[in-house]
Amino acid sequence: MDDKTKLELKKTAAKIRMGIITAVSSAGSGHPGGSLSLTDILTFLYFHEMRVDPKNPKDPDRDRFVLSKGHCSPGLYSTLANRGFFPVEDLAGFRQTSSYLEGHPSMCKVPGVDMSTGSLGQGIAAAVGMALAGKIDNKDYRVYAALGDGELDEGQVWEAAMAASHYKLDNLTAFVDYNGLQIDGKITEVMNPEPIADKFIAFGWNVIEIDAHDFDQIEEAVNKAKETKGKPTMIIAHSIKGKGVSYMENQASWHGNAPKKDQAEQALAELNEYLNSL
Amino acid sequence: MSEKIATRVAYGKALAEIGKNENIIVLDADLSKSTKTDFFQKQYPERHFNIGIAEGNMMAMAAGLASCGKTVFASTFAVFAAGRAYDSVRNSIGYPHLNVKIGATHAGITIGEDGASHQMLEDIALMRAIPGMTVISPADAVSTAALVKLAAEMYGPVYLRLGRLDVPVIYEDGAQFQIGKGVQLKDGNDLTIIASGFMLDPAIKAAEMLKEEGISARVIDIHTIKPIDSDIIIKAAKETGAIITCEEHNIFGGLGSAVSEVVVKNYPVPMEMVGLEDTFGESGKPYELVEKYGLTPENIFKKSKILLDRKNK
Repeated sequence: MDDKTKLELKKTAAKIRMGIITAVSSAGSGHPGGSLSLTDILTFLYFHEMRVDPKNPKDPDRDRFVLSKGHCSPGLYSTLANRGFFPVEDLAGFRQTSSYLEGHPSMCKVPGVDMSTGSLGQGIAAAVGMALAGKIDNKDYRVYAALGDGELDEGQVWEAAMAASHYKLDNLTAFVDYNGLQIDGKITEVMNPEPIADKFIAFGWNVIEIDAHDFDQIEEAVNKAKETKGKPTMIIAHSIKGKGVSYMENQASWHGNAPKKDQAEQALAELNEYLNSL
Repeated sequence: MSEKIATRVAYGKALAEIGKNENIIVLDADLSKSTKTDFFQKQYPERHFNIGIAEGNMMAMAAGLASCGKTVFASTFAVFAAGRAYDSVRNSIGYPHLNVKIGATHAGITIGEDGASHQMLEDIALMRAIPGMTVISPADAVSTAALVKLAAEMYGPVYLRLGRLDVPVIYEDGAQFQIGKGVQLKDGNDLTIIASGFMLDPAIKAAEMLKEEGISARVIDIHTIKPIDSDIIIKAAKETGAIITCEEHNIFGGLGSAVSEVVVKNYPVPMEMVGLEDTFGESGKPYELVEKYGLTPENIFKKSKILLDRKNK
């Protein structure tokens, strides 16, 4: 990836992170930690990779994205808003009665959301269904999905993983946002999912491990997934929960807590400072 | 009337008939030979997908397929479709109102020998509580075939409740049905027997028993439990003044509850309910269980007499 492209993606990611803070602090609730850890992947997908058109969000030939870790809706919404699917100002209505920005993604209410999610393990299964539809129809769209590492506790993830490899869905690329933390603490202590890579390899997936905050690595992995025939790809993306906000980084306590007004101001100031430094 | 066909068989045959529509995709969870989606599979193997024994995954995959424009029929036993997979049905199909038809076979105690673990008696309650879900419980092969086709033509999620047991064919070939419209099979003015699914045949027989005593019973088939045909129920309440419901389901949350919701809001009359009395079933031959749990014309007859006593007090 050339430096100019990378710089633009970094700037966009910073703006998306600011939108996440705005959304959760306005709502007084929500999930900033896992939204911030996933932001660079969302940025890459929606601003560099995916064939989507904000003017025609239901285009049958579009690439699709399923946020299987649906609680990270602030990350997806901020990405979609910055991409032009709806006004960035609307993020301030997140989780409020007057707004269409549901706590968890709703495909009926929010332009650009491809699948309603929130109950963990179901989004990846729906993504498998979408990829199967693409194969049935001989369409060239790709399906992307993002899973939480804690989400791997759900048995349905593995049912879906088995089906994706059984039906050779090489048009499906999924990410595990591997920030190592779930609500109750370290994933290895709550319910150890390791060895994650070995598990997906055993389930018949092509597995790639990357740094979730390195755009070159994200691009390389996504391209390798596209070149891989006959099997789906799981990109295990090692990330930092709360990435970009100093006091949230690597803190499980910021999984599902909104910053107070002064905390939000500090977070926005940090992100703005970073943006200006680019 | 002597011919007997299981509604699951009528479902499988209907699917194979409408399968020429290339937009239809059928999913099954390792029960194709029991749910009878194998009829479709034989004709259209490229559009029949086995998801294995993973019902929740099947429902969410169905949602993904439907989001890409497919009309998806997802089949398994009712106990797994509505029970085990409930969360996937609710969140991935119901909430986004996707075009998935759930073909739930082997409902009720008439599955027989498999016993209580497999005898789904709560599915109507669960499914009709999901906003926007259409719930259909056909009584015979003719109505099943017609309603499967109508379900495929309408947009939105549908729960089709089907049985394992061979049951009498009640309707004439070519009979017309509408989703959401009940069918009056017999007129009467002393009371109304409202039935769905397996219980329609015993309901008709009970009406004949009542007739021998000079009691005129109206019989209505409520094949669509949601949206329910309020008009036909209110009319029955006004004209007959007493209603008895008959269902192969827990009396809590099923047809009896749905009918009583309409009755108490619009024209309260005395009601009785025949169904499973808040109990699980057990293993046994289907018709022995039907006897034991009172899903018989005799029990409908007996409760109808109690109902008439209440009405005439």
